[in-house]
Amino acid sequence: MLKIEPRKNHSNFLEVSAPVIAVFLTMIFGGFLFLSMGKNPFEAIKLIFWDPIMSPTFSEYSRPQLVIKAAPLILIALGLSFGFRANIWNIGAEGQYIMGALISGSIGLALYPLDSMVIFPLMILGGIIGGVLWAMIPAILKIRFNTNEILVSLMLVYVAEQILALASVGFLRNPEGLGFPGSRDLSKYPSAANPELIANSGIHMGVIFSIIAVIVLTYFLIYHRLGFQIKLLGQAPKASKFSGVNSNYIIIFCLGLSGGLAGVAGMFELTGPAGLINIDFNVGYGFTAIIVAFLGRLHPIGILFAGLLMSLTYVGGELAQFMLNIPAAAIQVFQGMLLFFLLSTDLLVSYKISLNLSNLKTKKLKPFKK
Amino acid sequence: MKILKIFSLVLSTFMVSGVFASDMKVGFIYIGPPGDHGWNYQHDVGRQAVDEAFGGKVETVFQENVPESADAERVMTQMALSGADMIFATSFGYMDPVINVAKKFPNVKFEHATGYKTADNVSTYSARFYEGRTVIGHVAGKMTKSNKIGYVASYPIPEVVRGINSAYLAAKAANPNVEFKVIWIFTWYDPAKEADAAKTLIQQGADVIMQHVDSSAIMTVAEEAGVYAFGQASDMSEFGPNAHLTAIINGWAPYYVKRVQQAMDGTWKGGEQTFDGIGAGMVIIGNMSDKIPANVRKEAQDLADGIASGDIHPFTGPVNKQDGSPWLASGETADIGTLLGMNFYVEGIEGDIPQ
Repeated sequence: MLKIEPRKNHSNFLEVSAPVIAVFLTMIFGGFLFLSMGKNPFEAIKLIFWDPIMSPTFSEYSRPQLVIKAAPLILIALGLSFGFRANIWNIGAEGQYIMGALISGSIGLALYPLDSMVIFPLMILGGIIGGVLWAMIPAILKIRFNTNEILVSLMLVYVAEQILALASVGFLRNPEGLGFPGSRDLSKYPSAANPELIANSGIHMGVIFSIIAVIVLTYFLIYHRLGFQIKLLGQAPKASKFSGVNSNYIIIFCLGLSGGLAGVAGMFELTGPAGLINIDFNVGYGFTAIIVAFLGRLHPIGILFAGLLMSLTYVGGELAQFMLNIPAAAIQVFQGMLLFFLLSTDLLVSYKISLNLSNLKTKKLKPFKK
Repeated sequence: MKILKIFSLVLSTFMVSGVFASDMKVGFIYIGPPGDHGWNYQHDVGRQAVDEAFGGKVETVFQENVPESADAERVMTQMALSGADMIFATSFGYMDPVINVAKKFPNVKFEHATGYKTADNVSTYSARFYEGRTVIGHVAGKMTKSNKIGYVASYPIPEVVRGINSAYLAAKAANPNVEFKVIWIFTWYDPAKEADAAKTLIQQGADVIMQHVDSSAIMTVAEEAGVYAFGQASDMSEFGPNAHLTAIINGWAPYYVKRVQQAMDGTWKGGEQTFDGIGAGMVIIGNMSDKIPANVRKEAQDLADGIASGDIHPFTGPVNKQDGSPWLASGETADIGTLLGMNFYVEGIEGDIPQ
């Protein structure tokens, strides 16, 4: 029988090098995947991992793009990681991201074309409130009626998408848009815009906000009592109860935190890279962030790097797609491999798989002797 | 760093490709997969026509599943950086990204489908699909027994509203008792939603289903239910051999070949807005099923020929708006401005356009 058992000697070296090994394994197996499709595997891997950062043709543009694409992933994943540690599974960050963008967008559009310093901070607040309120629905239902927050938060994504579609063709539609769906371009409305702060760096307010969030939440997780209680609730629910942890409070906190961060990520995306509210405003950051949270091992600093790595596979994956005519589905398989190898190397660092033959033998019937 | 340099040197020796052999590189971006048998498929047919027409002189590249968001801007920028001389952006939502990227790359030529914003290096193109809807509207009016025609619509934008109106006017002219039922599903491509909408319409008694959404799911549902439907964007008869009456096929190939040729000759111009129909081959009426009686087939063909030659205009008065107010006087035809911004139903269609 195959058995998974904890390693007695936990190797620090292995723990640090596991992600690197995983990336290498992905390159090898991904290379075979591309080879089987008749593509040059070396060229494909180079396009995905190397060219966005180092190529003279692309890197000047791609490097800031990596930051832009990573920022919302990191923000959302940070919030999710706290809930995941406490066994509170917010799968609906995508919906909270949409609602954050909708509320902040509504504020910005309602005040258009007013010129004022307070509009942008007000919209940030709106983004947080939108996300928090949307996340409070699964939180309150869970506390009051013990509903499953996985289902409720996930289903609310589809509700949010419908509201988004309604807003795009209805109450937030650009009155000068000839009847086509989509709001005004907020990135061209100076009081609401979230532009690049340093030219060609990709750094906008959302990126700054992400970095601050990483620092604050790292501190919070390690030094704050609530950070400890969250870990305790996830690892030993009964013990946490005896030690006086109020699980309802933790549910509200975790869903509120993840909702708020997803909402504000939606706000920064709306006012910067996306520009306008439209039917296809959400492109799956809320779902991808779940992967990022686990890739980062639910630790804020890990999430920072995981977000950048995920973003690299997107930007580099696009390059590989049109440079070599590799189908989008193959790139998704490649991203899936990365996740698979990261999780499995992670498992093998702290656990070992052993073939327990003695176990098999004992099951054999021994001749009965008297 | 030295290791990195050696590594990149080794890798770059593997970079053997024909990029420098061609005179021109043309990029295409698609909103979905080219395997959708609909909108994206037809654009890819156009791309392949460019490949064939110019042989090794033109290299085409494409990217599928590009969302209408900041991602589109990045994909087009990367294409331009990789040396693309011309980019076809084949969905409405790429409009602002195209304008933004075009500003950064004044020497790259951009072609944007179905939009309305142009620049010195951006031209737009769209098809008069409503001409095709007039033809299939006529067929639908003749083929319905229950006098109820179902219509699965995507978004309440002028293009879709225009299609409903032209189909209704033609169906009404062919069969005065005809009634339209429209379901809006707020997506271009969602096979499950499309199928659900079609089933609902069939339950309400519709025996001919029209669609302004992209997948072939409705054709499959129609085949199972034993009702009729029309191919959208491409011939979909393989999904419903009995249900498939005819199709409105998007013919982008001639336009793509023409524009690439102009770009090579140096005669390509930005700021142009092409809006072609059956006459120019941008809208093609597919093969007509022999389920359609011969006389109806002939009427439909005459209608298509008349529209192609300009003798017939799908919007010819007298036509009133839904609320009964006059729109077109007898003999008057609709002006292009009203058509491009159409946001009202014509008289006789029930229900409201979602606002």
